[in-house]
Amino acid sequence: MSVTAQSDPENTCPNAFIEVAGVAKTFGKVRALAGVNLEVEPGIVFALLGPNGSGKTTLVKVLTTLLRPDTGTARVGGFDVIGQASEVRNIIGLAGQYPAVDENLTGRENLEMIGRLYHLGRGRARDRAVELLDSFDLSDVANRRAKTYSGGLRRRLDLAAALVANPPILFLDEPTTGLDPRSRLNLWEIIKDQAKQCNSVFLTTQYLEEADRLADHIAIIDNGAIIQQGTSQELKDCCGGETHVKMRLADRTQMQKALDALREIAPENMYQNPEMGEISFPAPDGTAVLSTVVRSLDAVGVELAELSLKEPTLDDVFLAITGHVAEEVPETDTSMKSGSG
Amino acid sequence: MLKNVSQTISDIGVMSQRDIRRYFRLPQLLITNIILNVVLLLLFNYVFGGAIQTGGVAYIQYFLPGFLVQSVVFGSTQTSVGISEDLSKGLIDRFRSLPMARSAFLSGRVVADTLRYLILVALMIAVGYAAGFRFQGGFFPAFAGVWLIILFGIALTWVGVFIGISVKDAETAQVAGFVWVFPLVFASSLYVPIETMPSWLQAFANINPVTPMVDTIRALSWGTSISSSLWKILVWDLGIILVCLPLALRRYRLLAQ
Ligand SMILES: Nc1ncnc2c1ncn2[C@@H]1O[C@H](COP(=O)(O)OP(=O)(O)O)[C@@H](O)[C@H]1O
Ligand SMILES: [Mg+2]
Repeated sequence: MSVTAQSDPENTCPNAFIEVAGVAKTFGKVRALAGVNLEVEPGIVFALLGPNGSGKTTLVKVLTTLLRPDTGTARVGGFDVIGQASEVRNIIGLAGQYPAVDENLTGRENLEMIGRLYHLGRGRARDRAVELLDSFDLSDVANRRAKTYSGGLRRRLDLAAALVANPPILFLDEPTTGLDPRSRLNLWEIIKDQAKQCNSVFLTTQYLEEADRLADHIAIIDNGAIIQQGTSQELKDCCGGETHVKMRLADRTQMQKALDALREIAPENMYQNPEMGEISFPAPDGTAVLSTVVRSLDAVGVELAELSLKEPTLDDVFLAITGHVAEEVPETDTSMKSGSG
Repeated sequence: MLKNVSQTISDIGVMSQRDIRRYFRLPQLLITNIILNVVLLLLFNYVFGGAIQTGGVAYIQYFLPGFLVQSVVFGSTQTSVGISEDLSKGLIDRFRSLPMARSAFLSGRVVADTLRYLILVALMIAVGYAAGFRFQGGFFPAFAGVWLIILFGIALTWVGVFIGISVKDAETAQVAGFVWVFPLVFASSLYVPIETMPSWLQAFANINPVTPMVDTIRALSWGTSISSSLWKILVWDLGIILVCLPLALRRYRLLAQ
């Protein structure tokens, strides 16, 4: 089987496939991975989305050669993570869930050390460190020991370290956890940029919004198994319920009149909330339904206070598939949400 | 092949550079350790020097060789602490994800520790000289003696590496280090002649590697005959390395379990 064969003819990025087949890992009595199957195309941003304890870190560790699976095989860029671990290590960069920087070295020294361990050579390692310090906004603190860095600075240094070798495949385990909103946006840009350069990014996240905004392909993991995957849109289509059209009447006494008028264009299942004067129903055609609604209600003289389409979110998808909601979204995240549409 | 060898050497060099920086930047690791050793040396010389009978030999002539050995034995406990710190802080995952030689993480530490022992031993000899110590056997025995101490330090460092990678937490490593190091230092010929000990302790002191190590260094620095202690300590060094190095590498590989 050729591992460099590409399923998508448009995708011209070479050999950065990830293939996981039947990977299981048990720690004592805890079944961290229960037979994971997965394929990730080259040159895309892939998000592994799952709540705390679902097995994300364990899978990342298997793919980055840190952990041997009990059973199953995994290939990264065509190389077997067990049998060809050093080949795999040559083409990956890793930023683990917790920043791993040497506190006794300066930011610059940390990056130079990593560069030399990737065998870039002394001069190249030095130049690359300067480049990364610059692009991660770390130049000002470059000559300070990492011990004195704040959590956010450490996280950035750790991410820079993962990018030292400009690796074809970048693994980021919950990269934005604990980042302030501005750094988070920066990181999102960096991640998208990687994909533009044909580098794959395999990231894990607990945040539905992040997966939605960033990833070309999403897999949902729960209790150590991939339970659904596809593009954000595919997931919403398959499992998130449909788009709904939602309206509020200007005068709620006109409820019955409105329902009668809509009956012709709406399917059977119309939801109504007479107290609020609200009506909603599934609208698989999307925006086309809006004008129809306006016309039908206009014809019978019903006035609208509000009319909108409600798209399904990944939250709906997650809830629908797993039967439970994803992690609580922490403070920094809510502020992000209100700031962006 | 040649490329592999030179890469491995470069990896070990990079890793040891990191450890050496650590020793120079954390004063409690090297500087305080040196100061402590020097202060102890001077205290012993001037406090006990007049009181303890050493059969005509100047007191510092008697105890300095033992002090040199002691300094590397205690020094090797730092190795465990450093290794276990890297493990508990997750830095090890970063290193293990890099395409560097598998042995570089551990052997880089050993190289750094070798340098640390050299600095420590050289400084103590210098202070000893100022306080009246002399290598009476001449340059070559002195030179050989220093390297024998360093070799002993390297062997013990592999014990420290093994402990550090096994306990995975710095406090435990610290305690574990002292547990095995104290009996080695005190139940040996380092502080007192073995003949003064109860017989069961003599049995231990006789097989304790610190005893032939100290005896060898004394003989070399006094210019007396070395007897069997030289090959005993060489066998010990070799034995310790042959056991602990593979064990430590095995532990390193088992981190993937
Ligand atoms: N080294 C380990 N020893 C024991 N249990 C572990 C270990 N690593 C992970 N686990 C357990 O495996 C499960 C999956 O963990 P993890 O992969 O870290 O999940 P996530 O990254 O999605 O939060 C959890 O129940 C966790 O407690
Ligand atoms: Mg995790």
